[in-house]
Amino acid sequence: MMMMIARTRTWMATAHLSDAVIERCLQLAAWSAVTTLALITLFILREGMPVVFDRGPMAFLGDVRWAPTRGHFGLLPMIAGTAVVTAGALLIGLPLGLAGAITLAELAPMKARLVLKPMIELLAGIPSVVYGFIGMEILVPFIRERGTLGGPGYSALAASIILGIMVLPTIIGISIDALEAVPKSYRDGSRALGATQWQTITGVVLPAARSGIVAAVILGMGRAVGETMAVIMVAGNAVQFPGSLLAPVRTLTANIALEMSYATGAHARALFATGIVLFIVSLSLNAIAGRVRSGKRASFA
Amino acid sequence: MTDKIQVRGLDLFYGTFQGLKQITVSFPARQITALIGPSGCGKSTLLRCLNRMNDLVAGVKITGTVMLDDADIYAPGTDVESLRRRVGMVFQRPNPFPLSVFDNVAYGPRLHGERNPVTLRAIVNDSLQAVGLLGVEGVGLGQPALSLSGEQQQRLCIARALATAPDVLLMDEPCSALDPIATAGIEALMQTLVARYTIVIVTHNMAQAMRASHRTGFMLLGELVEIGATERIFASASDERTRDYLAGTFG
Repeated sequence: MMMMIARTRTWMATAHLSDAVIERCLQLAAWSAVTTLALITLFILREGMPVVFDRGPMAFLGDVRWAPTRGHFGLLPMIAGTAVVTAGALLIGLPLGLAGAITLAELAPMKARLVLKPMIELLAGIPSVVYGFIGMEILVPFIRERGTLGGPGYSALAASIILGIMVLPTIIGISIDALEAVPKSYRDGSRALGATQWQTITGVVLPAARSGIVAAVILGMGRAVGETMAVIMVAGNAVQFPGSLLAPVRTLTANIALEMSYATGAHARALFATGIVLFIVSLSLNAIAGRVRSGKRASFA
Repeated sequence: MTDKIQVRGLDLFYGTFQGLKQITVSFPARQITALIGPSGCGKSTLLRCLNRMNDLVAGVKITGTVMLDDADIYAPGTDVESLRRRVGMVFQRPNPFPLSVFDNVAYGPRLHGERNPVTLRAIVNDSLQAVGLLGVEGVGLGQPALSLSGEQQQRLCIARALATAPDVLLMDEPCSALDPIATAGIEALMQTLVARYTIVIVTHNMAQAMRASHRTGFMLLGELVEIGATERIFASASDERTRDYLAGTFG
């Protein structure tokens, strides 16, 4: 009897020890992700900030010329390009995504949901270069040759359409979560007052899910701002203010990706400064989305 | 005493399970009828037949007739949305929408086409007045409904149901999420509302049925065992099962 207790104790002690080891390992893994973020931030700042201090921020944000080898570091055309392409992507992705989310979360029968939802998630798994291919081979010629659109085809419009499709999984996925989090009692309450299903969706469900949907849009925006490869392949990449949707544009991401391989000295530093701008925009979008979403949870409690 | 609702030969199936068996019952106008019985006896299901909320549950099949005034609400071609406007419902847990107090009460009238701000304002005021929320400290019209107390939220839900000018109020255990003082408040409110509305209340609380209703029906396993004046049911029920349930022998 005593021996059995003793043996159980040793076994317990070993179990506690292995628990502690596993816990440490997991902590280490978690912290390594945080550390990586910190190191990336430090790296970009270290590489990019000196040139910002050296030339002053207005050299980047107040100049429309980008000719880094001749001392012009104006990022405004690229900032405008990113803004136009992102806005276009949302204009296309938001209605489609919201319609998709409402269909899947509210209207579609269970069977259709089980098929459609994983397929939409697969959309996120397609490599962005494949989207770029489709854009180059189908969309760009279509814009150039068909209808009355004209222009080179490589354009803000092409980039917006491709990005509009690429943000769909983000917008649909998060919006569905938000819609499904709306308590059934709201729907019942609305139907019991004589609302139709559609009136219930627009009158109660969407307002209740609003903050989650806003978060979905912001995260989709973050995806559009950060996408590089597909955009490079269809946007034309000319450094200019986007005069029309059919004109080529260059985004911040494209600017870095296209020039980094050969840039040296101040030019390379200026690309890091581009990275800082991009980094700040992306992080702010994610932070805002996080705020909006946690605010929503509090209001349901 | 006229009957507002007459149910005849009502059967309800969930798939192959029979949830309600040959229910025949009438609900007199401007009286409070309580439905009691153990959990799962079908009392909420019967209540939800009266405004066709069971239509929203997949796999439910209903036969029989439910006459509201002189029309069968299950007749083909019945406008279910206007039926639900005439037969208001209050739920077990207060479920105000995450909107302002005003928008909650105005929700029903707006659905049914009321756009005039003056009329809406008047409807909201009348409805809040009827449930005793008008001018109450901390219950402003613009206030978020979710910031109210539990009892106030339930009163607001009643006001919301009243705003579509119904004849009938269905209450599905409306006090089960409330404390005793709030419960007394809602019961007192029912006594004033019954002057204008026909009320059917489902409750698991026998004392509540005794205190607050004119008539009480006892349900068991999908059957309406008996129904009658509340004093008679509690003093001398004619069915042995009712007596056993009220005596606390089961349930």
